[in-house]
Amino acid sequence: MNPIRRIASRTVVLAVRDVDTDQIIPARYLTTTTREGLGQALFHDLRYDDNGNEVDAFPLNQARAAECKVLVAGKNFGCGSSREHAPWALLDYGFEAVISTEIADIFRSNALKNGLVPVIVDDATHAWLLDNPGADVVIDLESASLTLPDGSVVGFPIDAFARYCLLEGIDELGYLRKHLGRIEKFEESRVWKP
Amino acid sequence: MDPASTLFEKVWAEHVVVPETAETPAVLYIDLHLVHEVTSPQAFSVLRDSGLPVRRPDLTLATLDHSTPTTPVRTFQDLLVAGESAARQVRQLEDNCGEFGIQLLGFGSGQRGIVHVIGPELGATQPGKTIVCGDSHTSTHGAFGALAFGIGTTEVGHVMATQCLLQRRPQTLAINVNGVLPGGVTAKDLVLAIIGRIGVDGGTGHVIEYRGPVIAALDMEQRMTVCNMSIEGGARAGMIAPDDTTFQFLAGRERVPRGSDWDAAVARWRSLRSGDDATFDRSVDIDASALTPMVTFGTNPGMVIGIDDPVPSGGDASFRKALDYMQVEAGKPMAGQPVDVVFIGSCTNGRISDIEQAARILDGRRVADGVRVLVVPGSEQVKAAAEARGLDKIVTAAGAEWREAGCSMCLGMNGDIARPGELSVSTSNRNFEGRQGIGARTVLASPATAAASAIAGCVADPRKLV
Repeated sequence: MNPIRRIASRTVVLAVRDVDTDQIIPARYLTTTTREGLGQALFHDLRYDDNGNEVDAFPLNQARAAECKVLVAGKNFGCGSSREHAPWALLDYGFEAVISTEIADIFRSNALKNGLVPVIVDDATHAWLLDNPGADVVIDLESASLTLPDGSVVGFPIDAFARYCLLEGIDELGYLRKHLGRIEKFEESRVWKP
Repeated sequence: MDPASTLFEKVWAEHVVVPETAETPAVLYIDLHLVHEVTSPQAFSVLRDSGLPVRRPDLTLATLDHSTPTTPVRTFQDLLVAGESAARQVRQLEDNCGEFGIQLLGFGSGQRGIVHVIGPELGATQPGKTIVCGDSHTSTHGAFGALAFGIGTTEVGHVMATQCLLQRRPQTLAINVNGVLPGGVTAKDLVLAIIGRIGVDGGTGHVIEYRGPVIAALDMEQRMTVCNMSIEGGARAGMIAPDDTTFQFLAGRERVPRGSDWDAAVARWRSLRSGDDATFDRSVDIDASALTPMVTFGTNPGMVIGIDDPVPSGGDASFRKALDYMQVEAGKPMAGQPVDVVFIGSCTNGRISDIEQAARILDGRRVADGVRVLVVPGSEQVKAAAEARGLDKIVTAAGAEWREAGCSMCLGMNGDIARPGELSVSTSNRNFEGRQGIGARTVLASPATAAASAIAGCVADPRKLV
């Protein structure tokens, strides 16, 4: 994974709460055995009509959304299934961060493991971002902060270990495997064994 | 054990290999890793690319459920019913399990089925275990007092390679269910009511423990229905303290200990309950006595009402968007809404008692004209048990279809879908937009309500048919 320090981009706003992973990527696109190319299926049934034409009103289809790396969404983004295809699709499409007041547990965990930065902000900041699509924002992972166009800076919570892994581009499996000695000792020391 | 510890804290503590610190998460040991075809291929690829084995294939169990047709499968041609990529995905898991030495309960095993149905059925699911799967409904196994939660594919790879996960300890949420569940009101109605109460994000960051007299009185299949939908309330895991009901369910199953080992296991399992002085980070009290059959009216499981209650009015733009999608009107009840499709099955309600619940209503009656009804057992064993009791005959005599085991129309990735605009009364767990097919409108309900709606041709109260 490539290290991530700073994301500077305009925002795309999806002003809907409880956007579930079935909306992010419908289940019929999950029969793949690789993780590539899922950006085409991102928000598929919201982006395209029954005839496969783009839905003009959908925020991603608007001209100002081009090249945007930051998605602002309503609260409880990513609820539902554990499919990691959801962050894979967002990343493949070009997103690097998602901002909301609340991001569902499994989606957040999956996002962090793939370099999609979950940014949790307060209600007031969120309301401003929802009202101002296309705002230029900067997400700085080192300081765990979001800078708004007027220069104001708001911090966001992020797990210290996840942040370290993102900043250094560290693969968590490598870290976990360094504990194999302790894992073996744990297995040996258990009175009850599965 | 500490009388101040919760059930969750006890199970968590027993599995910590390396404690968490401010800088690093805990290394948590996993006792059982369940694998299916949809969320595993990319994890196997990571192992293959890194030259790593599956570290504990003996603690790993695979099956085929999501992408499998619910028509009979004997050859590769039969698999193509679900589509070419779905068929390839099934073949991929068969190949991966062969290469990495994992037991696969596949076609012809007699034990294939939805991963959350077969774990308990085989007795692989046991109290006090940590259980994970690349599937959010892994919370089901918490009904046995296991700590069970869904993970992503990267984490599937972590468990395969190390038998461990990096985890921060979640908070605890007690849901105390008091009173008595009224006649004709099921565990599905109860859990829908709970989600309606706490909201679809009410359990985010928490592990739920379901407690109280109503929970203690539920049988194991009902407890699984409740724990299954914990994730629909935002909680990755939901647990119920194991008791005699749990031990009786497990006794004699294929993968439980035998003889004196069984006695020792039960003695150990009896300690798995929250102590009298245990405190939870949050708690919610629910009175079950006032509940009626529940149905969803919107596009998430928290948008739920009693069958005769009016659809709420007001709400924000997201709420109104959901009502528009569902084509329902505020102020009117869901009862009476014309139905096109009924789906009875899934990891929420695909067990033998669920099929029985539906069959009791269907028995001697006919499905209304124009309604398509799929009854899909949760596993090959559930299917065989139902057929041994003649339930398949009741189902087909009523004009419903009796299918092979699998996830089927719960998420519509095997070709079993509802068409655009169709209203589906479904015993599954998610009424998200497009979940059961593009433009399909899903109403979540119990097997009894689903069956009653199939007979009536509209959303109907099962209490009037029993």
